[in-house]
Amino acid sequence: MSSARISMPSQARRGEVIEVRTIVSHQMETGFRRTERGTAIARDIIQLFVCTYNGVEVFRAELHPAIAANPYIAFSTVATESGTLEFRWSGDNGFALTETATLQVA
Amino acid sequence: MRFAALIVVFLAAAAAADERRSGYDYMRAETRAMQDDELANPGMLAVMEGEGLWRRSGCAGCHQDMKGVATRYPSFDPGKGLLNLEQRINLCRTERQQAPALAYESRELVALTAFVASQSRGQPIQIFAHGESLERGKATFYRRQGQVNLACASCHEHNAGKRLAGNAIPQAHPTGYPLYRLEWQAVGSLQRRLRNCLAGIRAEAPTYGAPELVELEFFLMWRANGMRLETPAVRP
Amino acid sequence: MMNRRRFLVLTAATLAAPRLGAAADEMQAAIRKLTGGAPLNPGRVTLELPPLSENGHVVPMRVAVASPMTQADHVRAIHVFTEKNPQPNVAGFRLGPRAGRAVVQTRVRLADTQSVIAIAEMSDGSFWSASAHVVVTLAACLEELPGS
Repeated sequence: MSSARISMPSQARRGEVIEVRTIVSHQMETGFRRTERGTAIARDIIQLFVCTYNGVEVFRAELHPAIAANPYIAFSTVATESGTLEFRWSGDNGFALTETATLQVA
Repeated sequence: MRFAALIVVFLAAAAAADERRSGYDYMRAETRAMQDDELANPGMLAVMEGEGLWRRSGCAGCHQDMKGVATRYPSFDPGKGLLNLEQRINLCRTERQQAPALAYESRELVALTAFVASQSRGQPIQIFAHGESLERGKATFYRRQGQVNLACASCHEHNAGKRLAGNAIPQAHPTGYPLYRLEWQAVGSLQRRLRNCLAGIRAEAPTYGAPELVELEFFLMWRANGMRLETPAVRP
Repeated sequence: MMNRRRFLVLTAATLAAPRLGAAADEMQAAIRKLTGGAPLNPGRVTLELPPLSENGHVVPMRVAVASPMTQADHVRAIHVFTEKNPQPNVAGFRLGPRAGRAVVQTRVRLADTQSVIAIAEMSDGSFWSASAHVVVTLAACLEELPGS
C-alpha cells in the first residue's frame, strides 16, 4: 500500500548537476511511543534509502527514528550518461519499495 | 471607460472588506512551502493512493471527473438528509456498488476523499444554505461547552491571530480538508480535527458521522463560502 | 496547563524525564564514535532549520557543505545528531564526487527545544560541523494516544 514519488528532470546536459526529490509514504513509528496503558509500540521505520544510477550507487541515506513520517529526501547527482536511476527504500518488518526514473543525457 | 474603472473600484472595495483568512496565512513560511510543493506535500501521497482506489473500486464506471464536487459538501441528500463527503462516498459504495462502507478515518476512506476533494483545489467553496441544520451548526459553534467552558468562537473569532501553545489561532475555515496535519503525521478529515478541538476544551466529542458534527461542518463550510479550497492542505 | 494526558504525551515524546540530561552525553558519545575523537572544525557546513518550529513532528532541514566535490576533494558523508531526542542519531547521508553538490534536505522530528548538529566528513578525513537551535512547542489540541 506504500507509495513513493520522485521529482527530477527527464533530460540534462552531460556534467550538469541535477536535483532529485523523493517522498515515500511510511509512518516511521519511532519505537519510543507508548499507548495510554503503557504498552510500548514497536519500532517500524525505513532504515535505508539508496539511489543507483545505471547500477552504480550514487547516494545513500541511513535513516533513524528522528526522520519524520513520510520521509522526504532531496539530494543531487551529476548527469553522467543516459540511463535509469533506481531508488530503493528498505526497513523494519521487511519493508522494501523500488521506483525508477529515466534520464536522457545529451 | 469610466464604468470599467468604477467596477474595478467596487471589486477592490468588496475584496478589501472580506477579513476572512485561510489557516494557510497563519503558518510559517516553510510550512506554506510544504503545502505549495506538489511533490513535497505529504498530503499528495494520500491523493495518489485515492486515485488508485478510485480506479480499482470502479468509481470511474459512473463518474468522470469530480471537479467542483467538494466545494458543495456537506449537502442534502433527498433520502438521507445532510451528508458530508465521506458519507456521500460511503453511500455510493453501499447503495450503488454493493460494497461495504469504509470506516471513518480509515486509510482508504481518507485517501478516496482526498482524491475527490483535491480535484476542487483552487475553486471557491459553494455552500448557499439556510434552514435548521445550518442554525444548529451555528449554535454549536457559538455555544460554550466542555470543562474549559469555551465556544469555538471564543478562540476562532475573538482570538484569531493570537497564539495558543506554539501556533497562531486560525479563523477555523475548513479550506483544505482532508489535510495533512503535522501533529497527526497523517492526512485526516475535518471531523477528526473538530474532535481534537473538542478534546482540547475537554468536551465530549460526538462519534464520527454524528449529525451534530456534520451540522458543524456544514456551518463552517457555509461560513467559508467563497474561499478557495486548498486540498490537500498542510496544517500544524 | 498540565494534565494527565499532556503528561503522558510528554513522556511518550521524551521517554522518562531523568534521561533528558543523559541525552546530551549520548550525543557526544555518538559523535565521538563517528570522529574517533578528531576535532570538529567550524565552517563550510550550513545547517538550515527554522528557529521556531511549526510542529516538532515535522521540521524541514537543509544541510549544505562548501566543497568542489571532485574526486580529490569531496564530502564523503553528512551526519546529523540531536542533543535531546531519545536517541542522538538523525541520519547519515553518503555522498561522493557523483553527488555534484553537497546539499541534502529532509524533515526531522525534534522531541523538545534543542540543538541539532550536522557534521561533514571530508575525503581527506577531516570533520567540519555546524549547529542550529530550534524551539519546539506542543500543539494545543491533541487527541488520544492509540488504545491498547
